[in-house]
Amino acid sequence: MKSNSSNKKMGLSTILTIASLIGIVVLLYMIDQHGFLGSYWTRVLRLSGVYAISALSMNLVNGFTGQFSLGHAGFMAIGAYVTSLLIIPTPNKAIQYYVTPVLDFVGKMHAPFWLALILGGLLAAIAAFFIGFPVLRLKGDYLAIATLGFSEIIRIFITNLIPITNGPMGLKNIPASANIWWTTGICTLTVVFMLRLMDTSYGRAIKAIRDDETAAEAMGISLFRHKMMAFMMGAFFAGVSGGLIASVVGTINPGFFRFTLAYEILLIVVLGGLGSITGSVVGAFVLTISREWLRFLDNGFSILGIIKVPPIAGMRMLFFSVLLMIVILYSRRGLFGSNEFTWAGLFAFPGKWKNKAANLFDSAKQKAGRKK
Amino acid sequence: MSVLEMREATMRFGGVIAVESLNLEVNLGEIVAIIGPNGAGKTTAFNMITGVYAPTSGLILFDRDGSKEMQTITGMRPDLITKLGVARTFQNIKLFQEMTVLDNVLISSHIGVKSDVFSAIFGLPHYLKEEKAMRERSMELLDKVDLADEAAELATSLPYGKQRKLEIARALATKPRLLLLDEPAAGMNPTETQELTDFVYKIRDEFDLTILLIEHHMQIVMDISDRIYVLDFGKLIAQGVPEEIKNNERVIDAYLGVADD
Ligand SMILES: Nc1ncnc2c1ncn2[C@@H]1O[C@H](COP(=O)(O)OP(=O)(O)O)[C@@H](O)[C@H]1O
Ligand SMILES: [Mg+2]
Repeated sequence: MKSNSSNKKMGLSTILTIASLIGIVVLLYMIDQHGFLGSYWTRVLRLSGVYAISALSMNLVNGFTGQFSLGHAGFMAIGAYVTSLLIIPTPNKAIQYYVTPVLDFVGKMHAPFWLALILGGLLAAIAAFFIGFPVLRLKGDYLAIATLGFSEIIRIFITNLIPITNGPMGLKNIPASANIWWTTGICTLTVVFMLRLMDTSYGRAIKAIRDDETAAEAMGISLFRHKMMAFMMGAFFAGVSGGLIASVVGTINPGFFRFTLAYEILLIVVLGGLGSITGSVVGAFVLTISREWLRFLDNGFSILGIIKVPPIAGMRMLFFSVLLMIVILYSRRGLFGSNEFTWAGLFAFPGKWKNKAANLFDSAKQKAGRKK
Repeated sequence: MSVLEMREATMRFGGVIAVESLNLEVNLGEIVAIIGPNGAGKTTAFNMITGVYAPTSGLILFDRDGSKEMQTITGMRPDLITKLGVARTFQNIKLFQEMTVLDNVLISSHIGVKSDVFSAIFGLPHYLKEEKAMRERSMELLDKVDLADEAAELATSLPYGKQRKLEIARALATKPRLLLLDEPAAGMNPTETQELTDFVYKIRDEFDLTILLIEHHMQIVMDISDRIYVLDFGKLIAQGVPEEIKNNERVIDAYLGVADD
């Protein structure tokens, strides 16, 4: 009986999932073929998808494994540079290195977009492997500071390896291969990867490490191996997202990959919920879209026509920083806590609130009754 | 034949000598208790055996498979010691809080997983087979500790006594030869405490265990132990069978007299 009804529910949610996937594909088709949203908002959606990948990769390390790492900007930078150098057409590349000529090998190398993304991710993962050795033995704040330091070191390398990276001048004319299909597609693959991982014994092991390191170790889980695994996987997806960003934005330079980038992604992860895949995706879309939508804040505004705020660049970020503080102070678990979206949860949602409201109403009535 | 030996094991924390030159031996199939007042160094002894702390000096030897030579596990990493066959519970329960009862036990089967992480993610048949076997074994274990009905609940939603049992089940899932129990009766209600003695016998026989336990509940200690070691301020002040310990002047002074009031 019991299994029967749960089978039915499974069937229903599978149908709903397939239906909404088809819906998304149709929507993407309209956006891509009919300019349904206009190129500006399409670009915002592309960026949202890419930031969702970055956030998921950070969540894997910070939320699911419980290791507070801030090195993401560095891994994204590696992915962005590797991908860009592989997809910029070779003649165009030579022109860009007008101060110091490009290294012969780098000037000639070329790869299709998909391969470039994978190679970018792999190189980021290899960097994570070497950084992980000294760093993953640290805990808490020390780990955060050390990873942040390594991220800066990567950036300094990129700034100074001029024959390879073109240094501070950065790279331009990066082909816009990452259209909405690419960004949404890879974002979906990342989500599926994460969902699957968390459903395996390895996923349970990293969550155990997050919950209690001493106990996890006492159950035979090698802390270092599993932290390293999560760290390298996180770096891989960070690298891929870096490659995608480069292609969406079109130009990159070392300044793009400062700590502020890691901070923006951390904001998405924390707002969405540490340890929630749904949270990172929803958080990425909500924050990226509202950042565009709140652009008017930077152009100056007035509050009720009384207080006039002059145009200040970065006013939006002030808003987000305050938002982050509010979340950390009052709702540390973010939008989703460590929960995931389920259809059953969605349908239960209005009911739950109705119940809550009804309970409130009842108790209010009782109180009123007692007073009489 | 001894399964565990501590030789002159000493643990210093800065100026504090938590355990001093401890000699201790546990034989195959025995149930041995360590008793002593709070702060005597009992948990520290466990932490040295399980690799949480590397002893300042001294040796810890373990026999993993009945071979003549014991191997040193002194200062080895905790997960490796667990893999050799030493499992433990914690005085201050350390369950995985955000996980279900079943997942808490499943964690301990991770040691045995042979498939790599990518086979697991892609759901390849050889991993799925392992996962299925793990789940079956974990459910069996939960059944044996009467927690099968709560398998899907959050571990922290269980009452205290059941959480202690879950910790034992989780330790058993690592397939230990030696089981260390740190104050298993703490927080149990009188009925659960009474049942504990039988429960410990049951798991020892069913899983072929050798057991070393720390316990304050004297009734249990006297009932259950083959031999008892008494620690006070990090030093061994007595050892012997329960009858000897009961009548030992120093033990009564240091501990038993105080515990009774
Ligand atoms: N990590 C540690 N750092 C410093 N002192 C410790 C540490 N662990 C235990 N101690 C000290 O060692 C002594 C023995 O503690 P413990 O082994 O927990 O005692 P018991 O389990 O017998 O109650 C105590 O004085 C305690 O404060
Ligand atoms: Mg103790």
